[in-house]
Amino acid sequence: MTTTRAEKVRDAAYRMRHHILDMGEVQGQGYVGQALGVADLLAVTYADQLRFRADDPHWPDRDRFLLSTGHYAIALYAALAEAGTVPVSELETYGSDGSRLPMSGMASYTPGMEISGGSLGHGLTVAVGMALGLRLKGRHQRVFNFLSDGELDEGSTWEAAMGAAHHQLGLLTAMVDMNALQADGPTKGVLGIEPAEEKWEAAGWFTQRVDGNDIDALLAAFDAAAERARPVGQPSVILCDTRIGRGVPLLETREKAHFMRIDEDEWQLCRDQLTEGHEGAR
Amino acid sequence: MTTATKRLTTSAMIASFADPGQRTASAPFGHALAALAERDDRIVGLTADLGKYTDMHVFAQAHPERFFQMGMAEQLLFGAAAGMAEVGLVPFASTYSVFAARRAYDFLCLDIAEPKLNVNIVGGLPGLTTGYGPSHQATEDVAIFRGMPNLTIVDPCDSVDIEQAVPQLAEAEGPTYLRLLRGKVPTVLDEYDYTFRLGKAAVLRGGTDVVFVSSGLMTMRALQAAEELAKHKVDVAVVHTPTIKPFDAETVLAEVDSDRLVVTLENHTVVGGLFETVASAVVSRGLGKRVVPIALPDEFLDAGALPTLHERYGLATDTVVAKVLAELDR
Repeated sequence: MTTTRAEKVRDAAYRMRHHILDMGEVQGQGYVGQALGVADLLAVTYADQLRFRADDPHWPDRDRFLLSTGHYAIALYAALAEAGTVPVSELETYGSDGSRLPMSGMASYTPGMEISGGSLGHGLTVAVGMALGLRLKGRHQRVFNFLSDGELDEGSTWEAAMGAAHHQLGLLTAMVDMNALQADGPTKGVLGIEPAEEKWEAAGWFTQRVDGNDIDALLAAFDAAAERARPVGQPSVILCDTRIGRGVPLLETREKAHFMRIDEDEWQLCRDQLTEGHEGAR
Repeated sequence: MTTATKRLTTSAMIASFADPGQRTASAPFGHALAALAERDDRIVGLTADLGKYTDMHVFAQAHPERFFQMGMAEQLLFGAAAGMAEVGLVPFASTYSVFAARRAYDFLCLDIAEPKLNVNIVGGLPGLTTGYGPSHQATEDVAIFRGMPNLTIVDPCDSVDIEQAVPQLAEAEGPTYLRLLRGKVPTVLDEYDYTFRLGKAAVLRGGTDVVFVSSGLMTMRALQAAEELAKHKVDVAVVHTPTIKPFDAETVLAEVDSDRLVVTLENHTVVGGLFETVASAVVSRGLGKRVVPIALPDEFLDAGALPTLHERYGLATDTVVAKVLAELDR
């Protein structure tokens, strides 16, 4: 039986979710809900779209993936472990003293981390410079910037959105995790950002909005973005509506929290639910 | 209204502080950057809608394909400069000092300084070099930037400093901040046995009564005041410290550690700039030495004509002379 792209991505996302739960248990809490929500999105990126060498994170010809949303590092570490850049055995050091995998990834010492995120609204500005710089150097690498709907509050995101369109950075793709939640509560109540598609379109971007937990839809959207990617052209944004805690019903239905508390006896339950859900879907 | 009663006006955003008849060089930063780019293809220039006002337009005309207009968006300016440095380019990114220091600090700090990227921040209108008022007077830029790890801070005196600094800023591995003097910039230091060396202070002249420790345009005023004070039989040494951070404490303290009157001169608020840099070096060394600051007051400054303001806030040559004579009880 041949494995389809979607199956390959789905299996990667499943293993990544287990990594996320394992790392979350080390801390006893954390950004587990968001990370489970974007596992499909990062699985599509790392298992299907991104050009990189797992064993050589500084390979000059690599596409760039910038994690603007620094606290999602737990999700990216899962993707990097799945890809082979970070040994799976290292994940248990997540957030611990002396670890290369701090709560918010550091470009200076975390393998596969292009920028040090954490202060929100930075990633897209840096991505604009990378895309401009790579184009000037005659290189046709793509630049992906991962950001969250909360980062659409930041004015700098829109400075960068206008700049990317003005400079016609056709190899730049932004992916936005629209999980509808930020630190103080639902995005709708903190600072309304809808209609988000219209805002990106008005800023001059090729805009798609998809169910961020539908792997077929994600693949189609990324393929459409890749199809249009060229050195001088329209930048592309994929707004991905994701479900916090996706894959673990216990967490999907729990009251949504930016920093989710999970009790000691619940972690195994979470893992069991994740495994059951994945096997049931086969 | 007769000219005799007409008051001086602010006249322009960027007033020249060159004295009448003084030798000047036009846009030394822009020409130096354009020349450097001829032999170093990593050099790129960016600005946030202030190319003409930071002399970046000279570079843009010489190397249009390597010039990037980022619009009036300072966070994008410096974030993008970081991205360019990440892919191996050496950006010089210009705006006014107020906007670099006040609007874009987080981007400079986290995207550029923390990863030690070779991004060169070029800030126009440092200290009191415009009469436009507090919105454009970066009187506290050094105070803001001195706390940022990894950042080299350069406060040039004149066109000689700027021309010689630009290649050294590009060569330095980490980020730098240049307090830009633009337009017709005085040429002063070629009259001395002097070469700009990043990170180094230089004794421009010796003197037995007073030691001036100065940076930026105040070195020009220090040299003028020293000439004037000689007429009063006061012999003044001048130590120019164009690099504020890292600070060349060795050269400066060798001069400070004497029984002469020590005076710091800076185009910056008395809080957090050269005076405090010298004072902390003096205290750290355990020298029980009084240091007299000549600096801007810790307040938001008036708008007005630049000569009026330099006089009012103590940066003019004659006010420097008067202050020193008063300190010496003469």
